[in-house]
Amino acid sequence: MSMAAVTRTRIFPLALGIGALAAAILAAEVLIRVGVINRFIVPLPSQIVPAFERVIVEEDIVERFRLTFFEAFTAGAMITVVGVSLGFLLFRINILRQATETWVAALASAPTVLMYPLFLVIFGRSAWTIIMMGFVAGLPPVILKTIEGLAGTRRVLINVGKSFKLTGPQLFTKILFPAALPTIFVGIRLGLIFTLINVVGVEFLINFGGLGQLINDLAERYDLPGTYAAICFVILVSVCFFVLTERVERWLRPVD
Amino acid sequence: MASVATLPKSGAAGAQAAADAGILVVDEIVKQFDTPEGPLIAVDRVSLSVRPGEFLAVIGPSGCGKSTLFNIIGGLLDGYQGAVTVGGETVRGPHPAIGMVFQEESTFPWRTLIENVAFPLEIAGMSRKDRFVKAKKFIALVGLSGFENRYPAELSGGMRQRVAIARTLASEPKILLMDEPFASLDEQTRLLLGDKVLQIQQDLKQTTLLITHNITEAVQLADRILVMTYRPGRVKRMVEIDLPRPRSSDVVSSEAFGRYVAQIWSDLREEATRGMQDEESRTLQAGDAS
Repeated sequence: MSMAAVTRTRIFPLALGIGALAAAILAAEVLIRVGVINRFIVPLPSQIVPAFERVIVEEDIVERFRLTFFEAFTAGAMITVVGVSLGFLLFRINILRQATETWVAALASAPTVLMYPLFLVIFGRSAWTIIMMGFVAGLPPVILKTIEGLAGTRRVLINVGKSFKLTGPQLFTKILFPAALPTIFVGIRLGLIFTLINVVGVEFLINFGGLGQLINDLAERYDLPGTYAAICFVILVSVCFFVLTERVERWLRPVD
Repeated sequence: MASVATLPKSGAAGAQAAADAGILVVDEIVKQFDTPEGPLIAVDRVSLSVRPGEFLAVIGPSGCGKSTLFNIIGGLLDGYQGAVTVGGETVRGPHPAIGMVFQEESTFPWRTLIENVAFPLEIAGMSRKDRFVKAKKFIALVGLSGFENRYPAELSGGMRQRVAIARTLASEPKILLMDEPFASLDEQTRLLLGDKVLQIQQDLKQTTLLITHNITEAVQLADRILVMTYRPGRVKRMVEIDLPRPRSSDVVSSEAFGRYVAQIWSDLREEATRGMQDEESRTLQAGDAS
């Protein structure tokens, strides 16, 4: 099989990705061992690997993973439903869009995580504080990208719909929404990133809940290999979300 | 020598005469746009009538209001004077008897070829099975059988435009309204697609109104060609194309074809020159202003 044919196989990108990760881990191991990276800040990967077993067995990682996933999933579902709805509303009502789009964009870059004391007062030290913080942080990109996607629908596609006498809701479901879907999903992915960062961040800050709290606990104990192992589980939550959104997008719009 | 008949008779008598014969009648349409430079009359007292089964082409230089006329007839543009009627019924908004094919690529990229063609049937509430059976007929008509489950991104520009034509035909319009459907295609594809359109028009006896700026395309396809003036767009002349049917792209090599092309070009040349000069002067003015 030629090299070009090998690169076209489905297994090649996966193998390349795993290989690159393994190479990066190996490089980190070497750099730490030779003293380029301080081992009191970054533990050796060879120390992190056995820490996985300890974290799984001793720290109830499954329940913590489930809790963080639930919080992030709930906040993610909320940013999707509310964000797409608000985006559509702002797209349809131009005056509202002109009045608020800049504020929404400003909110996207605001460090909303600093508002956690306010959310603690409103929702108490509960999962809802974490979910709402994740929701507020992840909402703006979904709104902005929904507006961008709907506004970017090619005029000719809308005219095709009009020529077939589509009603307003038909025009939205049959043309505007599917045309905007790739851009909307960019917004959802961005929103999920902000949401997950905030969910884990607030868990860490208020020392409550899932993986964020665990990272806090392990860091307090100066268990660096355990801390990094827990961070790997946060990455796993992120991977789960990205796989999920990709599947949903593929289901809604099978080709692009 | 090809026969050339001047049209139209402006005013009520002309409109009445047109209305008597036409399934589609455009009567004294005037459309004005407000621009930063002041009001611009895009279309000025344009009247035409398309007979059942006829292929009428509207030709004119860029900026003569062809696309404005297309949008008015298709019901996508309002705020004009005059009237458009289909079978005696005034057009107010998109009319089910008029099927539109657009200049730009207009297939839905998220739908397969058959889902694209079945789209108007889906909107009409037909079951999935029935609409796919019917869609296959129109896919065969445009010569795309075997590509039913391909997505537009997997097709060439010419194939995508055939999908758009099939999708419009699937709604079984009385009048097929096309706005420069082959404008983005190369000359050879354009000629071959012209053959396909001729064949479809002959098979379905489809009344067709084609908006174009391409003289050879208009002569190859049309029974009559309406020549428009450059801004404001008015009817300059109606040319009867007396070439034998059934036609194919072979007709372009005939002597009569060449005469028609030359004749229409002599009409258009003056308008196209005026358009070019106007564009140059506006570019200069814009440059001076900046």
